[in-house]
Amino acid sequence: MAVTNTAIVADGLRKSFGDVHAVNGISLEVPTGTVLGLLGVNGAGKTTIVRMLTTVLKPDAGHGIVNGLDVVEHAQSVRRSIGLAGQYAAVDENLTGRENLTLVGQLTHLSRAVARRRAVELLDQFQLSDAADRPARTYSGGMRRRLDLGAALVAHPPVLFLDEPTTGLDPASRLALWDVIENLVSDGTTVLLTTQYLEEADRLADNIVVINEGEIAAQGTVSQLKATLGDTVIELQLHNESEAEAAAVALRTTTSAGVIVRVTMASGPATLRDTLNALAAAGITPMHVALREPTLDDVFLDLTTRNLASGAAQ
Amino acid sequence: MSVDVRMSADGFGWAAKDTLALMKRNLITIVRLPQLLVFSSIQPIIFVLMFRYVFGGAIHIPGWRYVDYLMPGIFAQTVAFGAINTAVGLAEDKNKGLLERLRSLPMSRSAVLGGRTLADVVRNVLVIVLITVVGFAVGFRAHNGVLPFIGGLAILLLFGFALAWLFALIGLSVSNGEAAQAAAFPFLAPLVFASNAFVDPSSMPGPLKWWAKHQPVSATIDAMRVGVHGGPLTHTFVVAILWSVGIIAVLAPLAVARYRKS
Ligand SMILES: Nc1ncnc2c1ncn2[C@@H]1O[C@H](COP(=O)(O)OP(=O)(O)OP(=O)(O)O)[C@@H](O)[C@H]1O
Ligand SMILES: [Mg+2]
Repeated sequence: MAVTNTAIVADGLRKSFGDVHAVNGISLEVPTGTVLGLLGVNGAGKTTIVRMLTTVLKPDAGHGIVNGLDVVEHAQSVRRSIGLAGQYAAVDENLTGRENLTLVGQLTHLSRAVARRRAVELLDQFQLSDAADRPARTYSGGMRRRLDLGAALVAHPPVLFLDEPTTGLDPASRLALWDVIENLVSDGTTVLLTTQYLEEADRLADNIVVINEGEIAAQGTVSQLKATLGDTVIELQLHNESEAEAAAVALRTTTSAGVIVRVTMASGPATLRDTLNALAAAGITPMHVALREPTLDDVFLDLTTRNLASGAAQ
Repeated sequence: MSVDVRMSADGFGWAAKDTLALMKRNLITIVRLPQLLVFSSIQPIIFVLMFRYVFGGAIHIPGWRYVDYLMPGIFAQTVAFGAINTAVGLAEDKNKGLLERLRSLPMSRSAVLGGRTLADVVRNVLVIVLITVVGFAVGFRAHNGVLPFIGGLAILLLFGFALAWLFALIGLSVSNGEAAQAAAFPFLAPLVFASNAFVDPSSMPGPLKWWAKHQPVSATIDAMRVGVHGGPLTHTFVVAILWSVGIIAVLAPLAVARYRKS
């Protein structure tokens, strides 16, 4: 095992596909034994970052270092210490669950006996024992996803990359997977995961990086990011979208979900009074007003809709 | 660097083991989806029956019983069209994200293609046995002894292996199985139909005649015909083997480079 306190380093990673600058200079560090959550809207560049750090895709510029080894120069050594569960389940439909896991074990150069034993353990861990000897073609979407996650864990990799690991899982399977990840982390595994579920990042991630259009929009711990939005959010629900637009203009903010306008209570209760006064002056009466403690969703929406200056929480 | 619960072996040993593991995986697919094998055999069987009984009476090749002339052509056509499977299989692996997982594993870089092309050789053996049985049922005979006949089939298998590398390259260059199928045909048509498979190229117009006499499918068929019927065995065998070895020497490194890239 490598003796270094930073399991994953990205240093100025860039990747373009034609005119699309998918990843535009990303630098980040993941301390050994911690979980980094990569958040971002569709197309932000999360998968491309994961593919470069897992040696699947060569960066156009910059470096990726995993366990002290460069992902381009020492790709084969990097592959020995990582597990990857990509965004789309990569299972062979014609092989059974057991055969899929054994094959990955063999290709990871475990002995045949160890590969078989490991397959049994993982099938059990991911509740696939009953379906172990059926071709994966007959699996449901969630079962395939679980098999794919199992395949990422075959070699007990010290560094794990999970690209939207719980997309398509039912709530029980999602909770079970969260437990699996937490156990792995408590045993010292480092995890980089991408997710669309802020709740998931909230629960699992020690640190969060928000990606927007291939760049880092914000990073920090969950509580640091929440702190950037002040204490509480006023959520105003208007009668229709045009009224919401008008309210947003009056409050110098933007709408979200069409009829919702959110205002951060930057100066405490005074903000609430000012907000309602501003609406009254504009002749608008909201349909519903709620006060909410900020969630990661607010941070996310704030960063990705208003395109806030980068490094907000830095 | 990493926790070593892994077995030790040198690079070549691993490449061979990885290739075998993936070859086995591809063969399991053939066993689990037998319809693939059945469908790729129906077409050549229909060709055998059609050329033997429908067109055969009208085609005269001096010095030959037409069925003996025909069968080597059928063998070559079957193997050539069967090679499309290599392209389709690889393109599907890519489309399904399987290649992505394999790229993240510490396995040999050439094993994915090696495992695929070798599995296709085994598939060819099965199909050839089947077509041979059908051939014998409709009157085909090996007049030059068993060994030259088997030798001709071995050369055909080598040619199938060579074609598999061409189709591996095509499979890696397209995004899914259907595209692979479509991309494969333009390569196959001039190889299979502008050849000596069904008729004597002497009757073709100038440039086509030249091509039909100097291309790898015809060379492979010539070797099989000599194996079946007699003739300059060493010369035809060597020419056919050189074609296949040459194709492999050029295309296998290209295909592996293509796999490594990106
Ligand atoms: N192989 C490719 N060829 C062309 N463009 C690509 C390719 N891969 C990604 N892109 C583009 O790069 C950008 C980033 O894509 P990426 O898959 O990294 O986003 P993502 O953050 O993972 O999105 P999602 O949440 O939808 O999975 C997108 O605009 C996408 O269209
Ligand atoms: Mg993605």
